[in-house]
Amino acid sequence: MEITHEYLVGQIQSTTLDVLSMMMGMEAACQDGFRQSVDSASGFALGQTQVGQVRCDRETVEAFVGISGPMVGTGVVSCEASTACKLAGAMLMTEVSSVGADVLDAMGEVANMIIGNLKTHIEERVGQLWLSVPSVVYGRNFTARTVGKFEWTVVQVDLPEGKLVVKVCLTEAKPASARTNAESTATV
Amino acid sequence: MRGKYRDGEGKSMALDVMIVDDSAAIRKILQRVLVQAEVPIGKVHEAGDGTEALQKLRADPVGLILSDINMPTMDGLELLSKLKADATLKDVPVIMITTEGGQAKVLEAVSLGAAGYVRKPFTAEQIKEKLVGII
Repeated sequence: MEITHEYLVGQIQSTTLDVLSMMMGMEAACQDGFRQSVDSASGFALGQTQVGQVRCDRETVEAFVGISGPMVGTGVVSCEASTACKLAGAMLMTEVSSVGADVLDAMGEVANMIIGNLKTHIEERVGQLWLSVPSVVYGRNFTARTVGKFEWTVVQVDLPEGKLVVKVCLTEAKPASARTNAESTATV
Repeated sequence: MRGKYRDGEGKSMALDVMIVDDSAAIRKILQRVLVQAEVPIGKVHEAGDGTEALQKLRADPVGLILSDINMPTMDGLELLSKLKADATLKDVPVIMITTEGGQAKVLEAVSLGAAGYVRKPFTAEQIKEKLVGII
């Protein structure tokens, strides 16, 4: 069964809203999802629609989760550092003023829950999928790149505390016999 | 009311708990949720994976285990399996708390002896509901 852009948008929106409301007590509103065909996963957070390599010039936290199985890809949850502090503070019910281990761990878990629940829904259509352990990047002026060219489904979420962007790229896995040494599946 | 974690007068006894999750944030949240759920907690032990949990449990048994499924080194289902095979630990109730929400995984956990299953994200009320029947 095909995983369409519209299906992904709907699932990303519902899983993200669930995580924000149940784990953080936050009210959020999702914008309409859009497609982006880029070879970079990063830098188009916060509503920008740039194509090609882009750089993130504000302090940003991005959490990446790999997906494998009959479909392969990556899920990314990103936001400005100040928003990440507020999300972590709400999750942990404590005041968080700067990005440290707690914030990075919390953002990794937010990505794990959003992409993990998305995975559960997709599995009903394509069969068992697996997730990687989340990896979290924090900084400014960095570029993240996905090997190969893929289409990303992007959903921006508006919170009183800032903006969150959830991005997923998924493609059918090639059978091992069809892959060559020079080729690579979607990885961060 | 008499029960496993109640004394002769029906008062709750403090429960030592093991929380197993590779996310430190989730471990902190679950500790807080147990307090919010008014579970009489004694000592809280933490572990980042099944291997660490098993080592700590063999040294310090507890009355309740909350465990994630997807963890490095030893996942929650393998931990559950090993707990049920251990004569001193097999009767400790284990509640799985995980993003794995597919029916197959739930059935696998139940067949291995899980006392309950909660999907992430969760609320304090959902955790409390699962605990009520167990403790």
